[in-house]
Amino acid sequence: MDVYLPIANLAINGLWIVVLGGLTGILSGIFGVGGGFLTTPLLIFSGIPPTVAAASAATQVTGASVSGVIAQSKRNGVDYQMGAVVVAGGLIGALLGAGIFNLLTAFGQIDVVINMLYVILLGTIGTMMGRESIQALNRKPQDKRRAAKRRHHPIIAALPMRWRFYRSGLYISPLGPFIMGIVVGILTMLMGVGGGFIMVPAMLYILGMSANVVVGTSLFNILFVTMMTTMVHALTTQAVDVVLAGLLLLGSVTGAQIGTRIALSAKPEILRLILSAIVLTVAAIMLFGLFVIPDAFYTVTPL
Amino acid sequence: MRWLASLMLTLAALPAAASAQGRDPILVPEVSQHEVLVQQGFTGQTLILYGALLDPDGSRAGDDFDIVVILRGPSEPIEIREKQRFAGIWINAEAMSLRSVPSFFGLASSAPIDEIVDESTAAIYEFGLDYLQLSPTGTIDPEQHARFTSGLVQLRKESGLFQQNEEGVSISEGVLYQARISLPSNVVVGRYVAETFAVRDGRVIAAASSEVTVRKEGFDRDVAEQAQENSFAYGLLAVALSLFMGWAAGRLFALV
Repeated sequence: MDVYLPIANLAINGLWIVVLGGLTGILSGIFGVGGGFLTTPLLIFSGIPPTVAAASAATQVTGASVSGVIAQSKRNGVDYQMGAVVVAGGLIGALLGAGIFNLLTAFGQIDVVINMLYVILLGTIGTMMGRESIQALNRKPQDKRRAAKRRHHPIIAALPMRWRFYRSGLYISPLGPFIMGIVVGILTMLMGVGGGFIMVPAMLYILGMSANVVVGTSLFNILFVTMMTTMVHALTTQAVDVVLAGLLLLGSVTGAQIGTRIALSAKPEILRLILSAIVLTVAAIMLFGLFVIPDAFYTVTPL
Repeated sequence: MRWLASLMLTLAALPAAASAQGRDPILVPEVSQHEVLVQQGFTGQTLILYGALLDPDGSRAGDDFDIVVILRGPSEPIEIREKQRFAGIWINAEAMSLRSVPSFFGLASSAPIDEIVDESTAAIYEFGLDYLQLSPTGTIDPEQHARFTSGLVQLRKESGLFQQNEEGVSISEGVLYQARISLPSNVVVGRYVAETFAVRDGRVIAAASSEVTVRKEGFDRDVAEQAQENSFAYGLLAVALSLFMGWAAGRLFALV
């Protein structure tokens, strides 16, 4: 079933795009990550121009996170105050990201930098997650509860102007989450990822937010930042392909619902181990292209 | 075979016009369609470029000629970059600007190009991917230029936008020729020019051209236009679509 994509300017098997969206949707349902880190590279492998892939993947992540945010807010899983601070940073980050995108395009290194970012981020997070889940699987039941760790990172504690975030159970400076929001916003713009896979560990281990609001607040941030990213792409690169995004959404919103059901019945450590394997595979493929044989020796950009 | 019927009509009307034109043979080219519509379901289009070569007196031109057909898409300026290994990492190093690169170049000929013309003739008429004139800007290092050009040709060949088929033209009875050139789905819209050359003894003895327009139609034209002209509304629409689909799926699955 071939579908013509009016912005990407080519025909592609529509069923494959729906399946691809479905796979990332299942991931997002299980793990609370948007799945953009998988969509963008897979779209590029399928022949979609990189800018169109990143822009349309951002649109897809919006759809995949909506139902998550609704579900989380019903069970009080969203800290709106914290969310607002992070989103404010994220919006600034998205604009900064657009500027960096143009700068790197002018230098001609945009594809190299994006690949490097993928390798670094996915490699680090995949390794961390894999190690942690293996430790969790090997841990004996009796030493399950370890001594309480420090609440948040010392740098966060040192920042001035503290606010009370009741739902997160924190009394910290808003500058920490604000800067985190900026960083994730930049990444969203550059890589077409929602940033959930960075946001969740950062909220847990750097800010020390209470675990039951982490996923909801992260999804809340993803929702707003990807909406903003879609708008910025629509206005600057004009690379949002609604047909492509629509097909991806069709798969991902369905997949997300299936994923949520899988998450309820499976062991979280095993799920996390699988996710880390997927993440590391994507990182390895990109690493190969960066160090061994690039996927293309020549790249063409219209002037 | 609609094209055959129309060819017969052209041929019937020909001798009168032909006798007025002197010694050189006359080439009468035609394309199976002059308009290609890119719309939902478009997966590419095969064009049949056909015609006849006749002597001015209306008799057949003989068996000893070859035909070269070139279909060329609108030209565009591009920048091409080459990756080089730097401290173990492949990064974009040297770059080169080319002012006129055809967005599509399809060549079909009745015999290998190097057998029917010499190199200088091939260069003059741009017979083949080796002879493209891409108008590089700035100072040109011939070795670098050759490397970049072959890199570009390789890329475009892989995406189906550059083609060269040296057995792609069939000639029957020394009069009629026929070539097939396939436009892939990733063609750009615009005016395409189909040029046909008749070659005898290494010399181009007749040339003629016709045009094909490729344009987007219907829904896909609207999407492409709106994305450019009403970017803001288009972006809002994309956001609204994703919000709605996410919400609707949640509601739908809640019922299951």
